Amino acid sequence: MTGTGVGASVRRKEDLRFITGKGNYTDDITLKDQAYGYFLRSPHAHAKIKSINTAKAGKMPGVLGIFTGDDVAKDKLGGLICGWTIHSKDGSGMKAGPHPVLALDKVRFVGDQVALVVAETKDQAKAAAAAVQVTYTVLPHVVDVAKAMKSKVQIHDVASDNRVYNWSLGDEAATAAAFKSAAHVTSMDIVNNRLIPNAMEPRAAIGAYDAGTESYTLYTTSQNPHVARLVISAFHGLAPEHKLRVIAPDVGGGFGSKIFIYGEEVACVWAAKFVGRPIKWTGERSESFLSDAHGRDHVTKAELAVDSSGKITGLRVNTKAAMGAYLSTFASAVPTYLYATLLSGQYNIPNIYAEVDAIYTNTAPVDAYRGAGRPEATYVVERLVETAARELKMDPAEFRRQNFVTQFPHQTPVIMCYDTGDYGAALDKALELSDYKNFARRKAASLKNGKLRGVGFSAYIEACGIAPSAAVGSLGAGVGLWESAEVRVNAVGTIEVLTGSHSHGQGHETTFAQLVSEKLGVDINSVSIVHGDTDKVQMGMGTYGSRSGAVGMHANSKALDKIEAKAKRVAAAVMESSVDDIEFKNGTFTVKGTDKKMAFGEVALASYVGHKFNSNEIEIGLKETSFHDPANFVFPAGVHICEVEVDQDTGLTKIAAYTAVDDFGNLINPMIVEGQVQGGVAQGIGQALLEGAIYDEDSGQLLTGSFMDYNMPRAANMPHIENFKLGFTCTPCPTNPMGIKGCGEAGAIGAPPAVINAITDAIGVRDIAMPATPLTVWSAMQPMQKAAE
Amino acid sequence: MENFNYHRPATTTAAAAMLKKAKDGKYMGGGHTLLPTMKQGLAAPTDIIDLTAIKGFSGIKVSKTMVTIKAGTTHMEVASSKEVAKAIPALAEMAGKIGGVHVRHKGTIGGSVANSDPAADYPSACLGLGATIETNKRKIDADKFFTGMFETALKAGEIITAVHFPIPKKAAHFKFPNPASRYALTGVFLSQNGKGQVRVAVTGAAPKAFRATDLEAALSKDFSAKAIAGVKVSAKGLLSDMHATSAYRAHLISVLAGRAVASIA
Repeated sequence: MTGTGVGASVRRKEDLRFITGKGNYTDDITLKDQAYGYFLRSPHAHAKIKSINTAKAGKMPGVLGIFTGDDVAKDKLGGLICGWTIHSKDGSGMKAGPHPVLALDKVRFVGDQVALVVAETKDQAKAAAAAVQVTYTVLPHVVDVAKAMKSKVQIHDVASDNRVYNWSLGDEAATAAAFKSAAHVTSMDIVNNRLIPNAMEPRAAIGAYDAGTESYTLYTTSQNPHVARLVISAFHGLAPEHKLRVIAPDVGGGFGSKIFIYGEEVACVWAAKFVGRPIKWTGERSESFLSDAHGRDHVTKAELAVDSSGKITGLRVNTKAAMGAYLSTFASAVPTYLYATLLSGQYNIPNIYAEVDAIYTNTAPVDAYRGAGRPEATYVVERLVETAARELKMDPAEFRRQNFVTQFPHQTPVIMCYDTGDYGAALDKALELSDYKNFARRKAASLKNGKLRGVGFSAYIEACGIAPSAAVGSLGAGVGLWESAEVRVNAVGTIEVLTGSHSHGQGHETTFAQLVSEKLGVDINSVSIVHGDTDKVQMGMGTYGSRSGAVGMHANSKALDKIEAKAKRVAAAVMESSVDDIEFKNGTFTVKGTDKKMAFGEVALASYVGHKFNSNEIEIGLKETSFHDPANFVFPAGVHICEVEVDQDTGLTKIAAYTAVDDFGNLINPMIVEGQVQGGVAQGIGQALLEGAIYDEDSGQLLTGSFMDYNMPRAANMPHIENFKLGFTCTPCPTNPMGIKGCGEAGAIGAPPAVINAITDAIGVRDIAMPATPLTVWSAMQPMQKAAE
Repeated sequence: MENFNYHRPATTTAAAAMLKKAKDGKYMGGGHTLLPTMKQGLAAPTDIIDLTAIKGFSGIKVSKTMVTIKAGTTHMEVASSKEVAKAIPALAEMAGKIGGVHVRHKGTIGGSVANSDPAADYPSACLGLGATIETNKRKIDADKFFTGMFETALKAGEIITAVHFPIPKKAAHFKFPNPASRYALTGVFLSQNGKGQVRVAVTGAAPKAFRATDLEAALSKDFSAKAIAGVKVSAKGLLSDMHATSAYRAHLISVLAGRAVASIA
């Protein structure tokens, strides 16, 4: 036993370098002769570019080159792509307008990149960008997804009503019949507010070109460098894959926003050849606000049908999902296969019908953000279920319980087949941990202090892993969603694991090493995890959708099994016994029934020395590879209970207590899992109480363009740690050998409805908009106070 | 940010001369408003005249009747001053709630008062305590000092050297922070002096800090939360933005004033 295996709360190996400033982020890297890039961005939400005059700017001190959309077009560099094809209900393909690397002819949102200015210093590039003369013909714009389809504004020629697709899932007629025969229907208009990811590290890139080898290198803040290489190679046509190396070094948070291929990094690596020097661009925080892909922004009409016994018989939603000005890399999949497929929640709902319109608006593109579609689905389901329970005067916990799925596997009417779970167990545990039975007492105590206390539930389910490849392919994905691993055992027995997963906060350097420790009986300090470099790791699909534990980990596991098998053959040869008689335990190979043994390191050395076996029968070396394509999604689920206190006078809401009980299957590192839940809940509380991107309808400008107006969660917005209770239940996932589900997004998915359900309970309103700011909550209380006067 | 000349004069006379000489000069205290503005490209002075090295420019003096805080004194120095905490506890407490720790270690009272940010805390303390603002030229009553949004009675080149706060019988400060920026969405600083005169100053709610005279009148008759419970603060002229409507700000003035009075009545 190493003490550092699976299930141990080992401290994160990577943290020492991160917290002592020794990380190696893209902006920390300086290449020889490096120049600096700055992007001139559109000040308008929608405008025709009449002309761009770079003559004056080009003569400014230090300027090395200025590139515009025309230059990109002349060089026939391809545009940005959306990698998931969605078909409309009527069978037509999605209407994807052009998405140029640098704006061509038109700009479509405030922040759209118009030109790349390269200079000796960043300040020089910035000063020259200010001297680039662009004349625009300003066009009318539309920023509100609810209005864009009926607007006269047309953002892309291909989409006359700004609609990318009109997609549906489920049986419309059967669902209509369920509503017709329902004893009770709960109907709601639900808005899922637009969020700005705000990773701690802004996006950055360094593009370099080696004229000697005619090859490019791109350092970039990416969650999936291999996908970036594939897209830049195959779709932009910059260079074949063997002539393009993409490196994503330490990356300071992504939350989805760094999955996508953006124009900036493509422009930097492309322009490096023309400038003849590496080009570094590091986004400023203001640029992050304007140009990182945003999240959510749904407007939904949702209905729930319930029969006279309180059984849910149908669910129907009609969602308008904002895409922003262009289709980002995976934008089309988020409000469809990552959203409507989860609308059954934890419930046995026989009839579900969803219709989704994806709509262009003159705003930053919208794509996957922590949870991606699943928070939106959970918010719809859990707001409906809670509201229905209140309308039916049933206890919200018991209303949920009587509708829970209890038999597994469970085929929902919306594609997903839930493999396993025990939703009642999580509910029981959450009720107990939150001391639900004494809520009335706490409510009375709060009232004595002038505070209105409310309680809200959220029973979420999510689908992680995003697999198998054949299944996602049949749904329109342009890529497979497997993962790769290569385990290299060095001659002295230390180990390098090369993974296609990418860590940007998740702690893979620790958890992946724990798996090696568990399987090979070595200490985690003898293990290095290598990721984020296409020259080192052959191919991989990266990290998003809580897939690295559920998918990446199993590629590691399979490769490690192969290592063990090979090592056994070597050990058998060296110890002159049959392979069948070799046992491997705690890092030692023994021959059954004898005292012969070899340590793992000795076998590793023997594999490379090759003195004691016939290298025609056993190949020299100890290195194995695996590609893992899972059999199904994994389905983490849980019950979150939130208690809030609302100040009657000011509308200020405090999270008084928060309980999260999650079923992630088996845990590799409980401490890291707890951190993921806490971080996810923090983001969920952020969405519910604090965060919301606002574009001005009149000007099309982003009003929440800095932390002065965009409210990121702070420690003080969280429940006190004593009242922030985490619990776990465990139904191991049956479709992967380690029984792992994903944990990265659960908190962000579970929290928003729990918080809003608690606030509506506290102040006695049916609905309240997110973020429930003090102004919003106070305003919601006004009609009631007036009525009471 | 554009390049600029940086000066660090030792006297107010030298500072004033430098400003006069500069093409587009700006005085700087802690720089916590000026520098972000410059970074955003909203200001590009040719010369920055850093006042914090002026001799005798910072320090706190407390007499029986007056707390005098020199202009270069940081918020942290005020917040942690035992003398201030004893003489006017609300003032020390207020200084301790300005911005974050970093801001409090750099930001100065002179800079804050001279800037007249509509959401800054010090202007409400000046009005709420009836302070006198001393410059290198003259003394100005706080009531006449704050003339508008980012506008004061200061003349070109004039430098605040100290702020004198009369010690009241009691005072209290309540702030409802903007959820995002933590500036005052609405803040109330009120006091009652030995003669029973009441001042209620409000910041964050209007283009400039102001005195809520209706509340003052009610409290002068009866210094209790009950006395102002029925006084409806008008929303007219108050700010309205994504974080708060004018009606909400008017309501917050009542709530915060009520809480402030209740805490010391």
